[in-house]
Amino acid sequence: MVKKLMKSIREFKTESLQTALYACLEVVMEIVVPFLMASIIDKGIYGGNLNVLAKLGIAMIICVLLGMLFGLLAGAKAAKAATGFARNLRQDMYFHIQGFSFSNIDKFSSAGLVTRLTTDITNMQNAYQMIIRIAVRAPLLLVFSLCMSFTISVKLALVLLVMIPILGGGLALIVHKAHPIFEQVFDTYDYLNSVVQENLSGIRVVKSFVREEHEKKKFNKVSTDLYNKFLKAESYVSLNAPLMQFVVYTCLILVFWLGARMIVLSGGVDLTTGQLTSLITYAMQIMISLMMLSMVLVIITIAQSSCERIVEVLDEKSDITNPQNPDMEVTDGSICFENVDFGYYKNKDIYALENINLTIPSGATVGIIGGTGSGKSSLVQLIPRLYDVTHGRVLVGGKDVRTYDIETLRDNVAMVLQKNVLFSGTIKENLRWGDENASDEAIIHACKLAQADEFIQTFPHKYDTYIEHGGTNVSGGQRQRLCIARALLKKPKILILDDSTSAVDTKTDALIRKAFREEIPDTTKIIIAQRISSVEDADMIIVMDDDKIDSIGTHDELLKNNKIYQEVYKSQQKGEE
Amino acid sequence: MERRYTSATIKRLLNYIISHAKIVFVVACICILISTAANVIGSMFIQVLVDDFIEPLLLEKNPVFTELANMLLMLAGIYLIGVICTLAYNRLMIKVSQGCLKNIRDDMFNHMQALPIKYFDTHTHGDIMSHYTNDTDTLRQFISQALPQLISCSVSVIATFIVMLRYSLILSLLVAVMSVLVFVVTKFIGGNSTRYFISQQFALADINGYIEEMIGGQKVVKVFCHEEKAKENFVKKNDALFGEAQHANKFANILMPVLAQIGNLQYVLVAMIGGYLAISGSENITTGVVVAFLTLSKSFSMPIQQISQQVSMVAMALAGAQRIFNLIDEEVETDNGYVTLVEVKEENGQIIETNEHTRNYAWKHPHGDGTLTYTKLQGDVRMFDVDFGYEENKLVLKNVTLYAEPGQKVAFVGATGAGKTTITNLINRFYDIDDGKIRYDGININKIKKADLRKSLGIVLQDTYLFTGTVMDNIRYGRLDATDEECIAAAKLANAHGFITHLSDGYNTMLTGAGAGLSQGQRQLLAIARAAVADPPAMILDEATSSIDTRTEKLVQNGMDSLMHGRTTFVIAHRLSTIQNSDVIMVLDHGQIIERGDHDSLIAKKGTYYQLYTGAFELE
Repeated sequence: MVKKLMKSIREFKTESLQTALYACLEVVMEIVVPFLMASIIDKGIYGGNLNVLAKLGIAMIICVLLGMLFGLLAGAKAAKAATGFARNLRQDMYFHIQGFSFSNIDKFSSAGLVTRLTTDITNMQNAYQMIIRIAVRAPLLLVFSLCMSFTISVKLALVLLVMIPILGGGLALIVHKAHPIFEQVFDTYDYLNSVVQENLSGIRVVKSFVREEHEKKKFNKVSTDLYNKFLKAESYVSLNAPLMQFVVYTCLILVFWLGARMIVLSGGVDLTTGQLTSLITYAMQIMISLMMLSMVLVIITIAQSSCERIVEVLDEKSDITNPQNPDMEVTDGSICFENVDFGYYKNKDIYALENINLTIPSGATVGIIGGTGSGKSSLVQLIPRLYDVTHGRVLVGGKDVRTYDIETLRDNVAMVLQKNVLFSGTIKENLRWGDENASDEAIIHACKLAQADEFIQTFPHKYDTYIEHGGTNVSGGQRQRLCIARALLKKPKILILDDSTSAVDTKTDALIRKAFREEIPDTTKIIIAQRISSVEDADMIIVMDDDKIDSIGTHDELLKNNKIYQEVYKSQQKGEE
Repeated sequence: MERRYTSATIKRLLNYIISHAKIVFVVACICILISTAANVIGSMFIQVLVDDFIEPLLLEKNPVFTELANMLLMLAGIYLIGVICTLAYNRLMIKVSQGCLKNIRDDMFNHMQALPIKYFDTHTHGDIMSHYTNDTDTLRQFISQALPQLISCSVSVIATFIVMLRYSLILSLLVAVMSVLVFVVTKFIGGNSTRYFISQQFALADINGYIEEMIGGQKVVKVFCHEEKAKENFVKKNDALFGEAQHANKFANILMPVLAQIGNLQYVLVAMIGGYLAISGSENITTGVVVAFLTLSKSFSMPIQQISQQVSMVAMALAGAQRIFNLIDEEVETDNGYVTLVEVKEENGQIIETNEHTRNYAWKHPHGDGTLTYTKLQGDVRMFDVDFGYEENKLVLKNVTLYAEPGQKVAFVGATGAGKTTITNLINRFYDIDDGKIRYDGININKIKKADLRKSLGIVLQDTYLFTGTVMDNIRYGRLDATDEECIAAAKLANAHGFITHLSDGYNTMLTGAGAGLSQGQRQLLAIARAAVADPPAMILDEATSSIDTRTEKLVQNGMDSLMHGRTTFVIAHRLSTIQNSDVIMVLDHGQIIERGDHDSLIAKKGTYYQLYTGAFELE
C-alpha cells in the first residue's frame, strides 16, 4: 500500500533526503550544545579562565548558528518535500480518475472522490512531513542523547535507560487505547455534520412543517452523544502529560540523588556539576523525543485510513480499455444489438437490459419511449461504450464497439447525457469541448442547428457570455440546446439525445428535429423523449418497458398495436407541454 | 485577526468557556498554578543542590547525606502534588472544553433554526457547515491545549523572571532583551506563516471548486474525450496550491527551531557575560550566581517558546470564534404575530376552542380591548398590490393582486424567474413583502404567528428533500403523531404505496443521503404522502409532479385531486396538463400577472396562455 504512494514522491526525493540529512545535523548540534554548556560551566566559570570561557562561548555560538541553519533548512526542505509529494499524489489520483469508465465513476460517489482528493491528501501531506522530519529526528535525538549520557556516567545513564520503556510503553498504550474511541468520535462527528447538512438542505421543509423543535431535539441528541464520546476519548489523552511529568520527575530525583553522591564521594572526579546539568538536559531531550514519537504515532494512525482510501482509488482499474490493435475509423452510423444483456453490477444477476436485438440503419432517426427506469438510457449508453455489455455484442458501423479506439468511437458517437452539465467558462469555451479547433463560423452554425443562436445573440456578450458553475445562469431549455450544439460540433456519425429537449418547447423542439433532418441527413439520430411529439415523425420508434424492448414500429403502427404507446399518447392528449 | 473585535471576542469566548462550569474552571486554574509552581520549584532545585549540598559536602571529609535525602524526599512530595494537579487539570479542562463546545454547537444550531430563509438563500451550505467543522475544531484545540499552556507558561515566565531579578539585574536585562528578539522573530515568521496559510486557503478553495465541478461532470468529460484538457487546468491549479502550501508550511516549520536556538544563544550570552563579570569581579556576581542564572534562563525561555508556538493557534481560534459569534448574532426571523391557529368545534352556531382532534380549525384573534374572536379557517387568500424584491431596488413582483377563494385550485404559469415561487414564498412568509397587503381569511398575515401560518399550509417542493431515516419516518415528518396506518393511507393516496412495498424493507427501508436510492419521481411521491399525512387546510404544490412521467402522473392525479378537494391549493407547474383543471390560472411574466382565468376562457382569449398551450412559447 505504502509502495504505491511512494511512487508519487518522484522529483521530491532529493528534498526528502535533504530533510532527513539536515534533521540529523540538527540533532548533532542539539547534542553538542549541552556538551559545550557543561564545559562552559566547569572549565570557564568555575575554572575562572576568561580565555577558555571566550573560546568555548564562541564555539557554542557557532554551533547554535549552525543548529539554526540546519533547523531552517530541514524545515524548509520538509515543507517542499511534503507539499510537493501532496501535489504529485493529488495529480496522480486526478489523472487516474480521468481514466475511469462510467462504472468506475458509479462505484465512487463524486463527493467521495472529492474528499479523497482534498482532505485525505492533506492528511497524507501532514503525515509525510512528520515522517521525514520528526520520525528521523526523534529516534536520533533519543539515541544520541542516551549515548552522551553514557559517556558522562554509565550509572546515571542506566537510570534513563530504565525510564525509556516505561514512558514509551505508557505513551504507546495510551495511543492504542484512545485510537478506537477516537474512531467512534469521528464517526459521531460525521453524523453530527450530516444532521446539520440535512437540516440546511431541507430547511424549507423544516420551516414549512414547523419542525424547528423536532430538529433541535435531533441535533441535541447527537451533540450530547458526541460530548460523551469526546470526554471518554480525551480522558485517555489527558494521561499523557501527567505520565510524562511523573517519569521526568522520577528521573530528576534519582539523578539528583545519585549524581550528588557521585560528585561528593569522588570529589568531583567521576562527575562534575557541569556534567550533572548537561545530563539533565539529555534526560529532557530523551523524554521530548519520546513525546514526539508518540505524536508521530498518532498522526500515522490518522493518516492510515486516508492512505487506504487513496490507494483504493489508485488501485481501481478502469474496466474499459483500448483493444490491442484498435480500429481507428468508423465507417458509417449503423448500429446493431445482438442478444444483448446488460447489468450495472458485475457480480449480481440484476439486469438493466435483457435480450436486446435491434438493427438501426445508418442515417435513420430513431425515437425511444418508455417509463422511468425502463432501460432507455442504459440502452444508448452501450453504443459509445460508456459501459460494456454483459452478454452479446453491440456493433457500430458493422464492427463490435470493443474493437474501436475509444476516442475514435466516442468522437463518432456524440451523446447528450440526461444530466447535462455546462462548465464554468464562456459559451464559446463550452462549445469547443465538441471540437477544440472549431472556427467561430462552425460554432455559430452548430448553434443555429440546435436553435441556440437566437437566444445567445440576445445576451450582451453573445458567445463570450460567461457560464457560471453548473450553468445556473442560463435556463434549463437554453442549457439543453447548448449541450446539443456542443455535441453537434463533433460532427458525429451517430447522435444520441437522452431526454435532452425536455425543457425545450414543442415548437423549438420541432425546429431542432427539422434542422437535423435537413442538415445532417446522414447522421444516425437517436432521440429518447418523454413527449410523443418529439418522436412521432421518427423512422422507427422503440417502446421500452421493464428492461426489454416492448415493441418497435412507426408512430401509426404503434398507435394501432401497442398498449403502452397508446397510454402515453392518451396521457399527453389533454394538454401538450 | 483584526484588532477591533479581538478584545470583545476574547471576552465573549472566555465567558462561554467559564460560564457553564465556573467551579470546575476555577479548580482547574488552581491546579494549573500548583502544577506550574511544582515545576518551577523543581527547575530551581538544581541550584540549591549545587550551592547548599554538593559544594559544602565536597569540603567535608566524611560527608553525610541524610539532609540531602530529606530534601529530595520533600522535593518528591512537591513533585507528586504537581503530577496529581497536572492530572486533575487535564481531566477538568476536558470537561470545560467539551462542555463549552457542546454549548456552542447547540446554541449555533438552535439559533440557526430561528433564522429566516433569506439567510440560507444568501449563504452557501459549505460556508455555514464550516462553522460546525473548521471553526469549532480550532476552538477545541485552543481550549483544551493552548489555553492551559498559556496560563501555565505565563505563570512560569513571571515567576522565573522575579527570581532572576533577585539574582542579578544586568543579566535579567539581557534575558529581557533576548525575549524582545523572540517576540520580533515570532511576529515575522508567524506573520508570514499566517499570511501564506490564508493564501493557501484560497488556492485550496480554488482547486477544490475545480475538482468538484470536474468530478461532478466526469461523465460529460468522458463523453467528450476531454480528459487531457481537464488535466491541463488541474495541473495549473495544483501547482499554484503547491507554491502557497510550500511557503505556509516552511514558515510554520522553521519557527520552533529558530526559537530554540535563540534560547541557546541566550544561554551562551548569559554564560559569557556573567562569567566575565564574575571572573573580573567588577559586579556583585559570584560564579554560583551565574550558574544558577543559566538554569533560570533555560526555564525562562522554554515557556516563552511554547507561548510563541501557540500564537497562530490562538489567532485562528479567535477568528473561528468570531465567525461562530457572527452566526449566533445573525438576526432571527421576526415574528410579531399574535393570531394563533386552534382546533375548534361548533356548538349552537358558536365556535368553541377544544383540545379534541376535530380537524376543524379557527384563527384565535385577541384584540386590544381584551376580547377574543374566532375566525373559521377557510383558506381564503388575497393579495393586494404586492411589491417584492429579494434585493433592494430589484422588484421581482410588481403590483400583484390575486385572490383564492376557499377550496379553489389556483395555478401559476410562467417562465423561470417570472415570480411563481416567489408568490408562495410570500404567502407562508419565508420572505416579507415590501409593499401591499396579504390577507388570510381576512386577517393580515403579519398578525398571524408564523408557526401557525405555516402549519395551515402544506407545501410540496420541486426539489424534494428527504431526511435520513426510514420511509415511514419521512412520511411521518408531516405529522409527528401520525400512526403507521395513517402514514400508509397517505402513501396510498399519493400512489407511493406500490413502490414502497417493492423496496427491500418496505416502509422500514432506510433512506440515506437525501434519499439517493430513489428516483426523483419516487421522491416526489413520498413528499406528496408527507404533505397528505399533515392534512393541512391549504396547500402549495411547487412543481410537485415535474419528475413523474405522464403515465404515472395520471395515476397520482386521482390521489392529488382527492387531497386537494375542499382545500385552497396553489399549484405551480410547467406541464400544462397538471394545471388544466384549475379554477383559476394566472399567467405571470416578469413579476406581473398578465392573464387570469380558467383554462377554457384563456384558450378562447388566444393570448399568452394559448401560445404556451399550443407550444409556440417555451417554458422552463
